[in-house]
Amino acid sequence: MLVIRAEGLEYRELNDEIRDVQEPCTIEDCCGQRFIAAGMSGKDITIGGIPGNALGAYLNGGTITVRGNAQDAVGDTMNEGLIVVHGNIGDAAGYAMRGGKIYVRGDAGYRAGIHMKAYEDKAPLMVIGGRAGSFLGEYQAGGVIVVLNLEKPQEKCVGYYPCTGMHGGKMFLRSDCENVVFPEQVTARPAEAGDLEELRSCLEEYCGLFGLDPEDVLSSPFTVVTPDSSNPYTQMYVAN
Amino acid sequence: MGVNFIYPDFEVIRNDARCTSCRICERQCANEVHAFEPELRIMTADESKCVNCQRCVAFCPTRALKIVKSDCVLRENANWQNDTIREIWKQAGSGGVLLSSMGNPKPLPVYWDRILINASQVTNPPIDPLREPMETRVSLGKKPAGIERDAEGKLICELPPQIRLSMPVMFSAMSYGSISYNAHASLAKAANELGILYNTGEGGLHEDFYAYGSNTIVQVASGRFGVHAEYLEAGAAIEVKMGQGAKPGIGGHLPGNKIVGDVSRTRMIPEGSDAISPAPHHDIYSIEDLRQLVFSLKEATGYRKPVIVKVAAVHNIAAIASGIARSGADMIVIDGFRGGTGAAPTRIRDNVGIPVELALAAVDQRLRDEGIRNSVSLVAGGSIRSAADVIKAIALGADACYIATAALLAMGCHLCRTCQTGKCNWGIATQRPDLVARLDPEEGSRRLVNLMTAWRHEIMELMGGMGINSIEALKGNRLMLRGVGLSDAELRILGIAHAGE
Repeated sequence: MLVIRAEGLEYRELNDEIRDVQEPCTIEDCCGQRFIAAGMSGKDITIGGIPGNALGAYLNGGTITVRGNAQDAVGDTMNEGLIVVHGNIGDAAGYAMRGGKIYVRGDAGYRAGIHMKAYEDKAPLMVIGGRAGSFLGEYQAGGVIVVLNLEKPQEKCVGYYPCTGMHGGKMFLRSDCENVVFPEQVTARPAEAGDLEELRSCLEEYCGLFGLDPEDVLSSPFTVVTPDSSNPYTQMYVAN
Repeated sequence: MGVNFIYPDFEVIRNDARCTSCRICERQCANEVHAFEPELRIMTADESKCVNCQRCVAFCPTRALKIVKSDCVLRENANWQNDTIREIWKQAGSGGVLLSSMGNPKPLPVYWDRILINASQVTNPPIDPLREPMETRVSLGKKPAGIERDAEGKLICELPPQIRLSMPVMFSAMSYGSISYNAHASLAKAANELGILYNTGEGGLHEDFYAYGSNTIVQVASGRFGVHAEYLEAGAAIEVKMGQGAKPGIGGHLPGNKIVGDVSRTRMIPEGSDAISPAPHHDIYSIEDLRQLVFSLKEATGYRKPVIVKVAAVHNIAAIASGIARSGADMIVIDGFRGGTGAAPTRIRDNVGIPVELALAAVDQRLRDEGIRNSVSLVAGGSIRSAADVIKAIALGADACYIATAALLAMGCHLCRTCQTGKCNWGIATQRPDLVARLDPEEGSRRLVNLMTAWRHEIMELMGGMGINSIEALKGNRLMLRGVGLSDAELRILGIAHAGE
C-alpha cells in the first residue's frame, strides 16, 4: 500500500499529497495535521499517529481509518463516507453531519453528534464504543447516535445535558439510563424488539470492523431517545 | 377567550364613488382583508388582517383605495406609548416572545444623516464623471503587506484570492426560505449583469443558481444547512456567518411550515422540520477555533476562494475584528443594528448591537493602529440606504457595502414588516407558489440593475465633486467627512471633524 510520511509536513502539503493519490494509502507518523481529507471524496486513507482537528471535514465519500486517537471536530459537516477511529475521539465529532458514518471504538468528547441531520436517503450514523461526554446530540435534527459504553458499564454512559434541543433523529444508549437526566422535550424509553432490529442493522458493520459479537453487544438493555416534536419552537413566538 | 384589546393598526379607506367592485383587491390580498358582499354587491374589508403592504392600493385600477394609520389610539402617554402597551397585551394574551421582521424601526440616531460630504472649490478642482474616467471597481481580499521580489528582482504579483466588483456594493445574505425563489433569481441575475455578488444566506444554494456561481457568495452558518463540498466550490467566496446585525447573539429558527419542497431540498433537511441555527457555532469558542473553521473551508476549496467572516456590530467590535483579521479571514463584514431580518425577536432587534457607522470607524482605526488593515477587506452592512451612505461608509474605512433592504425595496417590498407570516403579497418573503409568481425575476433583476446603475452614477458624481477619481482614493479618507450636531465622543469615534472645522 502506498505510504505517505507525514513527519514534517504542514497540513496543506499533506492534503496536496492525498489529493494526488487515487489508490488506498497509509499516512504514517501523523502528528496533529489538521483538515486531513477536508472536502474530499473517494479516498481510502489509513492514519497512523494522531490526526489533528477537523479530520474529514465536509467529507464527501470514501473511508478514513485512524488506528489510534483522533482530535476535535472529526467529520465536521460531513456529507458522505466512513470514518473509523480505533481509539478515542475529541470534542464536537460529527458536527452537523448530514450523511455517512463515524465509528469510534473508544470514548467521545463533548458535543458529539451535535446538530446531526438527515435528508432524503442520507441518514448519518455515529457509533461510540465507549462513553460520550456532555451535550451529546445537542440540537440533533436527524440520523442515529449509538453509545455502547462497552468498557465501563458501571459508569454513566453519557455526561450532562444530552439531547438538549433535539428535534429529530434517534439515540440508542446501552444502559437503563436511570442515572441520566434528559430534557423535557424528548422521550427516553427502554428499547423494544423493533428498536433492537434497527439497532442490529446499525451495529453490523461496526461489530465486524472492531471484532465484536453483535449478540454480546445487544444482550444488555438499551434506552431509546426520540424528540417529541420536530417543531420545538412553534409555540414560543407571537407576531409583532 | 376574553375580549381582544388590540384595535387594528390600519384603516382601509375605500372611495365608493370610484370602487367598481372589480374584486382585484380581494384577489391580490393574501391576508384576506377584502371580500365581496354578493347581496349588496359591495366590497367589504376586515382591517384587523391588514398589514399595510399597499398591494391593493397599487393594484386598484380606479385608485379607490388607501390605507391609513388608525387614529383610534389610547390616551397619550410619553412613557407608555401605544406600541408598548399593545406589545404587553400581545404577550399577556399568548405568552410568546415578540417576533418582528425587517430592521429596527425605532428613532435611534442614524449617523449617516449627521455626516456631510466635502466638495472641491477653487483649488483641487472637481471632476466631471461624464467626461473624465472614474474608477468604481474594487477588489476585495487580503492585500500584501509590502512589495515582494523574487531572486531575480522581479515583482511577485501573486495575490491571495480576491473578488472583483464593478462597484463597491453587494447584495447581502438572504436565505432561500426567508425569501422566494424568484427573489433569489432576481438577485442572482442582477449581480451577474452588474458584475457584483449576491449572497445565498444560510439556506443553501438552489441547483438552478449554480450557474451564477462566479457572482455568488455562499454562506456557512451555525446550522450548516445545505453546506457540502460542491456548494463550497460553487461560489466566488465563502462567508462564515457568526452574527447578524438584526439579532446579535442569537441564532435563527425557520419554522417547519416554511421548510417545504425546494426549500427543504436546498437546506438538505426534511420537510416540516424546524431549521434551527444555534446561537453559536458549536465548534467556535475562540479566535483560534474560528481560525480552524476558516482554514477548514480554505483547505476544502484549495485556497482559491476568499473566506469572509460576518459579525454583528456590538460593543467590543474593534477587538473582535482584530481577532477575526488574525484568524486568517480575507474579509470582515460588520453588520449594524439597523440591518434587516426575515424574523427576529423584537427585543433583540430593537435593543442589541450598535450603529454600523460607529462600529466601522472603530474597526478601521483599530486595524490601522495594529498595522493589519491590509490583511482584510471591510464590508459594511446594516442599513445602507443610498449612494451617499455608500460614499460615507467608504470614507469611514469600508472597502465595500452590503445592501439587502434596499434591494428588497427595489424588487417591490413595501416594508410592511410582516415577513414572518410567509404571506408576502409582493412575492418576496413567501414560499406560496401563487404569491412567488407575482415577482417576475426579469422585472426584479431589471429594477435591481437600475438601482445599482443609478447609485454608481451618483457615486461617481459625489466622488467627482470631491476631486477624487477612484474608490481607492476615497477609502478611509475621513477628511472628506464632517459631522453635524454630534458630540465630541461621537466625532472622536467616527474620526471626523465637526462641520465648520
